[in-house]
Amino acid sequence: MLDQTRGSGTFHGLVREQPASFSVKREVFVSPDVFEGERRALFDKCWIYVGHASELRNPGDFKTRWVAGRPVIFVRGRDGTVRTLINSCRHRGAVVCREREGNARQFYCMYHGWTYHPEGTLKGVPGEDAYPPGFDKSGLGLMEVPRLEQYRDFYFLNFDRDAPDLKTYLAGATDYIDLVCDQSPSGKMEIISGTQEYDIKANWKLLVENSVDDYHLVATHATWLNYMRNSGVNMTPPKDSGLLLPTKGAGKDLGNGHLTTDNPNYRGRPVARWISVYGEEAKADIDAIRRELVARLGEARAARVADTNRNLVIFPNLVINDGSSVTVRHFYPVGPDHMRVIAWALGPVEETEAQRARRLHAFLTFYGPGGFATPDDVAALECAQQGYAAWREVEWNDLSRGLAKTGEQTNTDEGHLRVFWRRWRDLMEGPA
Amino acid sequence: MISRAEVEDLLYREAELLDAWNLDDWLTLLTDDAAYYVPPNDKPDADHRFTLFTIADDIVRLRERVIRLSDPNCHAEYPPSRTRRMISNVRVTDAEGDTASIAANFVIYRYRRNEDERIFVGHYRHKLRRVGGALKIAERRAILDAEELGMLGSVSFIL
Repeated sequence: MLDQTRGSGTFHGLVREQPASFSVKREVFVSPDVFEGERRALFDKCWIYVGHASELRNPGDFKTRWVAGRPVIFVRGRDGTVRTLINSCRHRGAVVCREREGNARQFYCMYHGWTYHPEGTLKGVPGEDAYPPGFDKSGLGLMEVPRLEQYRDFYFLNFDRDAPDLKTYLAGATDYIDLVCDQSPSGKMEIISGTQEYDIKANWKLLVENSVDDYHLVATHATWLNYMRNSGVNMTPPKDSGLLLPTKGAGKDLGNGHLTTDNPNYRGRPVARWISVYGEEAKADIDAIRRELVARLGEARAARVADTNRNLVIFPNLVINDGSSVTVRHFYPVGPDHMRVIAWALGPVEETEAQRARRLHAFLTFYGPGGFATPDDVAALECAQQGYAAWREVEWNDLSRGLAKTGEQTNTDEGHLRVFWRRWRDLMEGPA
Repeated sequence: MISRAEVEDLLYREAELLDAWNLDDWLTLLTDDAAYYVPPNDKPDADHRFTLFTIADDIVRLRERVIRLSDPNCHAEYPPSRTRRMISNVRVTDAEGDTASIAANFVIYRYRRNEDERIFVGHYRHKLRRVGGALKIAERRAILDAEELGMLGSVSFIL
């Protein structure tokens, strides 16, 4: 058994910045101590994605999830208020809701039969007269997560009562969430039914990197590039451009550890950039979507919505990829070398049946465990994790691309990956 | 009429070709307008036009999938997984003339070096059609029983 514990018990020296190199110690991908440290320093302090308002349409609608290592119920009460309740009976701890989703009039603990209202308050206790006088039922509702806030219908929770509000936390990421929501004429997006939930035998931080690292596309996704080419999409970088991909994109720092790519699109967007994969019959419809965008947002903003892709990381573990379709994907560590990924498709609420079908078809060209690209990402991350078994011999990962540049970082530089790692380092090291 | 014995022959032949990664020959078992669906684990009965599937290929994308799976740059399946399919409980649920709807159960064992054994359990719901005398698959739907993919990971081979 490898000794993977940290002698010092601190998390200094794991991210190394030098004039000509930026390195991350591979220990951060294997160490149980780092894993535990992240739970306290990141997942107990940051705003963590729970779900989307569209998933809870009616009073009583609920979803059970694991968020920041806790079982929670994401539920809309009979009063219309969305809450995140900790899914654990106040009596002896059993989860009170075992279904994935549904509409509840009450939550019933199968152990001793305590019941709770959808708002979390304690409803009934069998054999109540055995409790002593003064036993306070009113204080025994399901525990509510201390903070729950939303931005554009994306709900995040925080276990830190003293955390800054969500909008402040999101910093520059709000502009990019707005760009995603601007696809919808009413500004309302919805999670589309169907969940992709799969594990990767790799550290969760590798998926943060992978989600925004456009440097890997050509090697990892050679078969996807080939599929696009076979479908009539031009995937060739301009001659003598020095680019790896057909267009030059940017990697951006959005503050507070959030980051994004911002790429002129070349691979088609259901909103509103036609490619041959969609079929001739889709052309007129996509033109109409574009006209609506221009009329509502003006040429410049419409062009950003329609003609640019973004892979957005909300620190620490939410990714919104707005590319060949929109995916909302969050992932959490199960162990140092194991993560669970949960992903959905997101679309404008007003979409017609044909538009929705096109969006879902486009999603599967690239994304998801059966897509033409994601399985190779999974393979790459698992290969990396296997290599980290030699973390004591080969100590450092390199993320130096673009380090000497003073201006904009491109999407195939690693400036935006460094944004994540600097924030990770600051939180793990704690106040000096 | 299409008989169960005939359907079993087709499914066993298909399993043999898929386990051998003889994917070009496998494509000849499909009609020219065939589709291949793997619904999401949480919505096994859903329609791919309204629900995000794991896989929803029309014949064009299915042929591209075979091109991808035959390419050494298909990293998730290179080297190709070793698979072994057990097909059972074959039923003809509806048949009329040259078409039939069929159901069957499957267990697919999948092995890759340095990885845990993964067992994909579920059932097929296919639509078959006789084309020029040969019985072919017009729609192939593989529905997994697992509550979520979880440790099954990617569905990077043909289920």
